[in-house]
Amino acid sequence: MILQWLFDSLLIIALLWLAWRLLGSADLFKAIVLFIAFGLVMALAWVRLDAPDVALAEAAIGAGLTGALLLSALARLNDLADTTHETHTPSGKK
Amino acid sequence: MSAVLLYALTGAGLFTLGLYALIIHAHLLRKILAINVMGSGVFLILVALGGRTAGAVPDVVPHAMVITGIVVAVSATALALALVLRVQAATGRAELPEEPLE
Amino acid sequence: MRSAGRRWHYLLFRWALMLLLLAVAVGLGYALLSLPQQAVGLSEQVSANMATSGVQNPVTAVLLNFRGYDTLLEMAVLLVALLGVWSLGSAEVHRKIDPEPVLSLLVGGLAPMMILMAGYLLWAGTNTPGGAFQAGSVLAAAGILLLLSSKRFPVRLMGWPLRVVLLLGLGTFAAVGMTLLFVSGGFLQYPSSLAGAFILFIEAAATLSIGVTLAALFLGGRPQAGPYR
Repeated sequence: MILQWLFDSLLIIALLWLAWRLLGSADLFKAIVLFIAFGLVMALAWVRLDAPDVALAEAAIGAGLTGALLLSALARLNDLADTTHETHTPSGKK
Repeated sequence: MSAVLLYALTGAGLFTLGLYALIIHAHLLRKILAINVMGSGVFLILVALGGRTAGAVPDVVPHAMVITGIVVAVSATALALALVLRVQAATGRAELPEEPLE
Repeated sequence: MRSAGRRWHYLLFRWALMLLLLAVAVGLGYALLSLPQQAVGLSEQVSANMATSGVQNPVTAVLLNFRGYDTLLEMAVLLVALLGVWSLGSAEVHRKIDPEPVLSLLVGGLAPMMILMAGYLLWAGTNTPGGAFQAGSVLAAAGILLLLSSKRFPVRLMGWPLRVVLLLGLGTFAAVGMTLLFVSGGFLQYPSSLAGAFILFIEAAATLSIGVTLAALFLGGRPQAGPYR
């Protein structure tokens, strides 16, 4: 019983702390990696709430696929920012 | 207080944190992250409230709804990311203007 | 750079927002705490109808039998999201850089295992945790790894074969639903002796579609069918 409470409180603190850190992180890459970690801890919370189906979906989709989507979008965003910077730096600002 | 209720309250906390970040950040990618955190909060509340049954077996209808929700969230995120990339390509930046537009 | 007045405004806005959101959080917490401590929800109806659902996993029963309509519309949402992404631009089907050999080797071993695992999750979903969405996302992960590790995407498959697979899930789901409308008099009302077979059939098509749709979403644009972009 004590162990379960300990596990619950650790899980909840980890969830809230990860959410706080990922939303406040100055570095976007770090924020996305923290988001993936957040998704994996969420999967643990689903297991704790007796929802193994949701845990599987969250681990595969919420953490895995969303993370991959975000990382690839960030890479393309940086590529785009580089090319626009090179081609028209002076007219870039309005 | 039961553990189930504690998880529901955590969900409410995640929702509020996400809402704050959604309003405060100008970068569009951060807004997408914030919406995803808000969504996770809502899912947590749904499943936690489904666990209030007397026996050991929780109510599975919220579970099914949350699985549906996770898939919808990932497709919405993908569409939003494509839109952000278009914004970046069109305006050269993926942020909302910090000063209000005149 | 901000003038003192603007800065003051900004701080005021932040504090007001924090107070407002604190009120939201307290309100939400109060609402949650004032709910009854015990509620059966729909669990009794689910367990009462499990025998006629055709599957043993209650979550699969809810997703594909009791609330099959939701899942049908969700497949439509996935498709609409992909249409939205495709309408925003096209994806490059040729890579500028060569993938690393370690990645290619790893994916060469991993991808077949993941496809096998997707098949297992789909099959197991009828009586243990798993199902079409989990299997589909594992399939999508395999697809993404293959996309990341291949020098050149299978351009010939990206024309109509891709579109057929994308529509397969929604099409099968809707076709089965409509057939049952005429045969048994209700949209997606399976005859209980064949419900398991119908569900597995729909799930198999849905898994393929979900996997390919999610991988296509990762590609982030409409793939060009021709050899030159």
